[in-house]
Amino acid sequence: MQSLSNKSKVVSDKPMTFMERLYLPAVFGGMWITFKHLFKKHNTIKFPEKQRIFAPVYRGQHVLKRDEKGRENCTACGLCAVACPAEAITMTSAERKKGEEHLYREEKYASMYEINMLRCIFCGLCEEACPKEAIFLTDRLVPTEFERKDFIYGKDKLVESKENPIDISLRQHTGKRTEK
Amino acid sequence: MNELKQQKISLNPELSKETIDGEIATLNLGPTHPATHGIFQNILRVDGEKILSSVQTVGYIHRAFEKLAERRSYNQITTITDRLNYCSSPINNMGWEMTVEKLIAADIPKKVDYMRVIIMELARIADHLICNSVIGVDTGALTGFTYVFQEREKIYELFEEVCGARLTTNIGRIGGFERDFSPTFHQKLKSFLKTFPKVFNEFDSLLSRNRIFMDRTKNTGPISVERALDFGFTGPNLRAAGLDYDVRNMNPYSSYQDFDFIIPVGVQGDTYDRFMVRQEEIRQSLKIIEQAYSNIPEGNYHADIPDFYLPNKEMVYNNMEALIYHFKIVMGETPVPVGEVYHSVEGGNGELGFHLISDGGRTPYRLQFRRPCFIYYQAYPEMITGQSISDAVLTLSSLNVIAGELDA
Repeated sequence: MQSLSNKSKVVSDKPMTFMERLYLPAVFGGMWITFKHLFKKHNTIKFPEKQRIFAPVYRGQHVLKRDEKGRENCTACGLCAVACPAEAITMTSAERKKGEEHLYREEKYASMYEINMLRCIFCGLCEEACPKEAIFLTDRLVPTEFERKDFIYGKDKLVESKENPIDISLRQHTGKRTEK
Repeated sequence: MNELKQQKISLNPELSKETIDGEIATLNLGPTHPATHGIFQNILRVDGEKILSSVQTVGYIHRAFEKLAERRSYNQITTITDRLNYCSSPINNMGWEMTVEKLIAADIPKKVDYMRVIIMELARIADHLICNSVIGVDTGALTGFTYVFQEREKIYELFEEVCGARLTTNIGRIGGFERDFSPTFHQKLKSFLKTFPKVFNEFDSLLSRNRIFMDRTKNTGPISVERALDFGFTGPNLRAAGLDYDVRNMNPYSSYQDFDFIIPVGVQGDTYDRFMVRQEEIRQSLKIIEQAYSNIPEGNYHADIPDFYLPNKEMVYNNMEALIYHFKIVMGETPVPVGEVYHSVEGGNGELGFHLISDGGRTPYRLQFRRPCFIYYQAYPEMITGQSISDAVLTLSSLNVIAGELDA
């Protein structure tokens, strides 16, 4: 068969040398490499005592953020649900009542917001789609559960607590919202 | 070939006649067999250890990707391509992105091309490392496998630094990248380029010129270049048969014409040839990464295509025009030209093609993936006829048939 380019090189036609013909050098060579590795630094990380540091942009469990005054950012526009290729996000919107201004940032909010973690493929498209700085993926891993229904995360699990806000400043690479 | 066809046709009626006392037995290799590294079923007709004929089954993990793609917007389809050949998902992601860019005739900056080349070649190294170390495992040499997996881990950390995920990467966007390479990425890539050749040479010295390995793999699962072309082989498996066909060279995409690399070829298309071709390709990939990384041009990490690439988040939060565009892009409502394009990339396994037909709607009218594994698997029964059962396992792993890509 003629060559299609002038860059080809045959790599597997080298005949065996005398040393290679003897079985033993290869056997001892292999054993020597294994022996050397006994004294090398171990690569294993002893999880869970020690944890690997994830990249700041790691795509793990979602969080629904609050603003600096502790109000929920999500306005239930539904863009994350549209962007989701796995159809894992569902939500119901509601109107903010009088006296709820300290709970929700804008007039509309999500009264129900669910992510099915069994459907979710952690592609990060919801985070990218969110126009309100509300949903972010974090470097936390989704814990295992025993029952399927426990994997459907509602607002109780998704919205960050006021006391322990989750720091996502490292992944806000594309800019922050300025207060009007 | 005719003889083989007759054997195939006569297989099923004979199944019932065979008894345990007979000379010929039927053996199910798979679907869930630890040695097949995936869900593959092969119904073998064996005489002792010798395989007389076999019938392969496809579709055990068929997920209807082509149909799914007809209901997903262009941005969402990237996540589907992750799951084709999951050993080298960035190549699939970028192949798809380049297909859409071809359809919309986008002008891609040189910097994006070079960044893509770096990521794609890293993915190729990871893919070939898995394949070659698994050939070692199937011949009984587990040691090399455990050593090179640390390097694969480092490659996955590099992907994580760019896109945030390791296996199903969803890396890049239509028009470029979601973010520029971070300082940590640069640091990790530099250390990878420094340490990898040493570890790789150690792995190479374990197997490549080891007589035990050579005796085991030579003449195992061979295919002639004519037969390989008849089946439509591409990639390392065709090159192992002796033809230097490489999409990166024949039809350069993503500025591959800028890089200097050698196309390794084999002699007779057996397992040893395939192993050696992949080994050399890892070295060439490393060479390409070094060239691309040292010559990476200045510029933006994405193309200027406001119809497809999402505007800056700061603009979206504060500017109405950008917000409208943001909504339109995410919902897939920006106009897409009507047309038909085919774009192929040199995937981890061979020519990975995307045949896209657009009717101007938010989803493709039809999308077909040219999956190299599907083609290799068609030739598999012919390649193992006359070989032993353990050779069949070795041939399957050296063809690098990935179940996700085979069944799509």
